[in-house]
Amino acid sequence: MAQPLIRLKETASQTAGPYVHIGLTPNACEISGVYPEDLGISMVNEKTRGERITVKMRLIDGANAIVKDALIEIWQADADGLHNSPSEMRGSADPNFTGWGRQASDENGVFTFETIKPGRTPFPDGRFQAPHISLWIVARGINLGLQTRMYFGDEEAANAEDPILTRLEHQNRVPTLIAPRSGDTYSFDIYLQGDRETVFFDI
Amino acid sequence: MKNTKPETGGFFQRDRTWHPPAFAPGYKSTVVRSPQKAPVSFANTVSEITGPVFGHEMLGELDNDLTLNFAKPGESAIGPRIIVYGKVLDERARPVPNVLVEFWQANAGGRYRHKKDGYLAPLDPNFGGCGRTITDEDGNYSFRTVQPGAYPWPNGPNEWRPAHIHFAIFGHGFVQRLITQMYFEGDPMIWQCPIVRTIPSREAIEGLIAALDMQSTLPMDARAYKFDIVLRGRRSTMFENKLEGN
Repeated sequence: MAQPLIRLKETASQTAGPYVHIGLTPNACEISGVYPEDLGISMVNEKTRGERITVKMRLIDGANAIVKDALIEIWQADADGLHNSPSEMRGSADPNFTGWGRQASDENGVFTFETIKPGRTPFPDGRFQAPHISLWIVARGINLGLQTRMYFGDEEAANAEDPILTRLEHQNRVPTLIAPRSGDTYSFDIYLQGDRETVFFDI
Repeated sequence: MKNTKPETGGFFQRDRTWHPPAFAPGYKSTVVRSPQKAPVSFANTVSEITGPVFGHEMLGELDNDLTLNFAKPGESAIGPRIIVYGKVLDERARPVPNVLVEFWQANAGGRYRHKKDGYLAPLDPNFGGCGRTITDEDGNYSFRTVQPGAYPWPNGPNEWRPAHIHFAIFGHGFVQRLITQMYFEGDPMIWQCPIVRTIPSREAIEGLIAALDMQSTLPMDARAYKFDIVLRGRRSTMFENKLEGN
């Protein structure tokens, strides 16, 4: 026998269910007057540093239907590669950028985030990662929130040396993580299953 | 100034055999929504070990009172009045202070205030169904609500959800993010529910069942249920390898 380790088990996850928006974006589902506005709707203000971009995401299920009852949260660095978080030890992030966004989709299943292009951040070994946005996806039928990243289609050089993209065993799946750019808008389609299944992470 | 540094170590590996698997065909919605390829792992970077925080000043006075936060002045929601309280901890059994906890639920009749919920049970004009709070310095949270009702749902021809409250919890890092559901001690329907049964072990399910706590009731007002929540723990940074550029 050895000394006991004091450890608890993580609380088991359960699906967000079909009515997740009541809890997390109530104003978007006709419950008004409880909160002044839905949290995470607005990430930037007029003083935010960096290039303004729009990110449009869609979630597609294994029957090729667009999922319309999901919720997506994003988390990203500011224009200088710093996070607006007490756990950020490398400096102070732009106080005019939250770094965190949360959206329900519109009736067509499009999730729209008005944000800025993030700066590059280091991998633990000191190499730089390509600019990216972290995602957390929950919905009816998803038992444990899905984690993935969106990279930027116009960052070919950075993507080509990104420590995560370059280490994926199946290099033909790298494009599932890269959003093409058109004007100021990046479009990111997330496939839950099938030949184009997005790379999800266990991190 | 506090005499403590924020923790910045990487998070413990998630025990994915403890959580419900993505593909759990007894819960039919998972069939076309479950990724089929193995998830990819890598060491936590700053993107994972950091996360958003929210200040107590953002909270409205009634945010943690679902009996009043949607009610007309002088009225309140119908149903058994309860307090739900507990502590947010991490896997090292340390309290997780200052994190946002959000919750939502059906009303006492088992009906959600949502245009897609067509259950026969009526809406309560004084009940919206959402609330939020932020843990204190010791990880404690509490809120007031009415006990939600059970309701039927279209999975099998005659399937019912046990009474439950949905929870979404932030940690200090974005990969601690967790959504779960709280059930009520003694409810025999817990063990028949296809969503509950996506969880592999009885022990993990018991971790979702709030205990009736008759010592913490508000006399002549509300009963109390205790529900502690455990988020992923993180390594101590004491002997962390030097993170170049970090």
